[in-house]
This record gives sequence, C-alpha cells and structure tokens, in this order.
Amino acid sequence: MHIPDGYLGPITYGSLWAAVIPIWIYASKKVKELLKASQVPLLALSAAFSFVIMMFNVPLPGGTTGHATGATLIAILIGPWPAVIALSIALIVQALIFGDGGITAIGANCFNMGFAGVLAGYGIYRLISKLKIKNSKFNGKNPDVKNTRQLIGAGIGAYAGINLAAFLTAVELGIQPLLHTGADGRPLYSPFPLSITIPAIMLEHLFLFGIVEAVVTVSVLLYIKKSHPELIRG
Amino acid sequence: MANLKFKIQNSKFRKLWIGIAILIILSPVGLILPELLKAGGDWGEWGADEIEKIAGYVPRGLKKLSELWKVPIPDYAFSGWEQGLKSYIGYIFSGIIGAALVIGVSILIGKIFAGKNGNS
Repeated sequence: MHIPDGYLGPITYGSLWAAVIPIWIYASKKVKELLKASQVPLLALSAAFSFVIMMFNVPLPGGTTGHATGATLIAILIGPWPAVIALSIALIVQALIFGDGGITAIGANCFNMGFAGVLAGYGIYRLISKLKIKNSKFNGKNPDVKNTRQLIGAGIGAYAGINLAAFLTAVELGIQPLLHTGADGRPLYSPFPLSITIPAIMLEHLFLFGIVEAVVTVSVLLYIKKSHPELIRG
Repeated sequence: MANLKFKIQNSKFRKLWIGIAILIILSPVGLILPELLKAGGDWGEWGADEIEKIAGYVPRGLKKLSELWKVPIPDYAFSGWEQGLKSYIGYIFSGIIGAALVIGVSILIGKIFAGKNGNS
C-alpha cells in the first residue's frame, strides 16, 4: 500500500502533502495536550511496532503481498492523534531510508495509512465498545460484555481502517490516467485506471490483508489486556 | 548506551520492548513466506523495469520522479546481500536500523511535545 515515487502526479501528491501538514500540526497539538511524559516510551514502542509489523509481508500465493499496519491497535493504546504521529514517523523512515513508499508520496501514504486508517479504525472501535445500549444484556457495564465488545470493536475497526486506507490508495492511483497524459495520449504516471486499481487492491485487502490486520490487532490486544490492562482505552 | 539498557530493564514496558525485538528477529518470515508461495511485491509498488513488463512501457513522468532520490538501503537489502540467507540477515539489520531510527525520532518528538506533561 506504500505508493512509490512516480506513481502519483504533482496534482495528487501535492494535494495530499497539503492535506497532511495541517493534520500533523493538529496531531502535534493533541499530543502536547493529551500525552503524558510517562507515555513517551509507549509512543516510541507504537511507532516501532508499526514499522516492524509492516516488514511482515503476507503473500497471496502466486500473486502479490501485503501487510498489517497496526493503526487501530496503536490508536486504542495511545489515542488516535498520537497514533497519527507514530504511524507517520514509521512511514517517513520507511520512505527516506528504505524506499518503501516514495518521498513525493509521503503525504499520500501518511494520509491513507497514518490518518484515514487510524481515525476510521478508532472511530469504529469506540462506537462498538462504548455505544450505550439500555436494558440489554449487551450493556457495557458488565465487565465481560465490555471486554468482548472491546475485542470485537478492535477487530472490526482494524479491518475497516486498513480497507479504507487501501481504498484511498486505489483511488489515488486509479485517477492518474485521468489527470495526466502525455502528448501521445499515454498516461504520464501510474498507468492503470480505476477499473483495475480498485479490484486489484480491494479484493486482496477485503479477503486477506484486512483479516491479517484484525487478527494482529485482537491478538496483541488480548496479550496487553493481560500484561498491561491499564493501557487499554475505553 | 548503558543508560539506555538500564532504562529498558527497569521500564514497565519491558515485555513489550522484548516483543519488538522478537518481531525484528522473526522479520525474515516476511521475505521467506512470499518466496515459498511465489508472491511478488505489493500491488502497485513495482520499479520502472517491472512496470515496463506489465504495462509495455514506462510512463515518462513515473520514470523521472522515480529517479528523484536514492535511498541508502533500498528494499531493506544491502548491496550484494540481496539473495538467500544474506538477504534475511540484511532484513534483520534493516529492522534494527529502522526501529532504532523510529524509536529515536519518536522519543525526540514525544519529549518536545509531551516531555513536561504530568501524569495526573
């Protein structure tokens, strides 16, 4: 899902840089407001986890590979805005040092995986784990129910978050032939239309990588619920 | 260095740091499994030469932009260490270097923005 340099034309990568800078500024303000000094190691742990989990390429036999991002998990542990910063740090290091994602595409990749994926995943997690249901056995006051709702919310949130990030990636790539063509009529940047990029990227994420993200999120959460229960938010 | 080690040993997140270290050591699984199952890279992350094979030509803008910046460790592999066992060792080293950078930058940013925030 890391868009390399050259796949996006200047209109797209420029807009996404312009979008992500105010997001970073807002996220930094939120970190300043909400993150405690004692949570700084947790921010570092989260960014490192995201970096490392993305190295685990999951193969689609005979086809392409994909990976989890940890976005929703990290948002649950340190809050959504610190998670935006953690994911962005991992993505920028990947781009600058390892060429995993382009430099011009840092805005796009941070917007897709580091912002949209994080906020959507966390939003759905909150909705499922916190939504008040009156006079029902699914009421969150029962600790067992609360626990189950958190885990289900984390799994569905993670699945939805990574799929939103994948969908944005597919749309950004797919609109390139519409935006930029050379004098010979050939695309100047990513040459594949939306009718190719959306099915190619979405099918693999809906059926495999999304599930991998959900499984990673719920498993780590189960472990942290035992080892550091105080870290789990709402 | 000794100071850092001391901090990690006494950190309440010690188990989680060990978890990151274990993941780095296991990271070559992310190379080996795709090799075994004959899966290429991520969809849409091809280099210019691969795109030529798929699309029949290299889009001009793509070629120009993709040559913009030479990264120090392309694809988490060290030059001459791209195949077999050496690539796995290189992958682990890349994991260590990348994680160290990510941790360093995060602590720096965390200290700048949240360094004085209390714990209440």
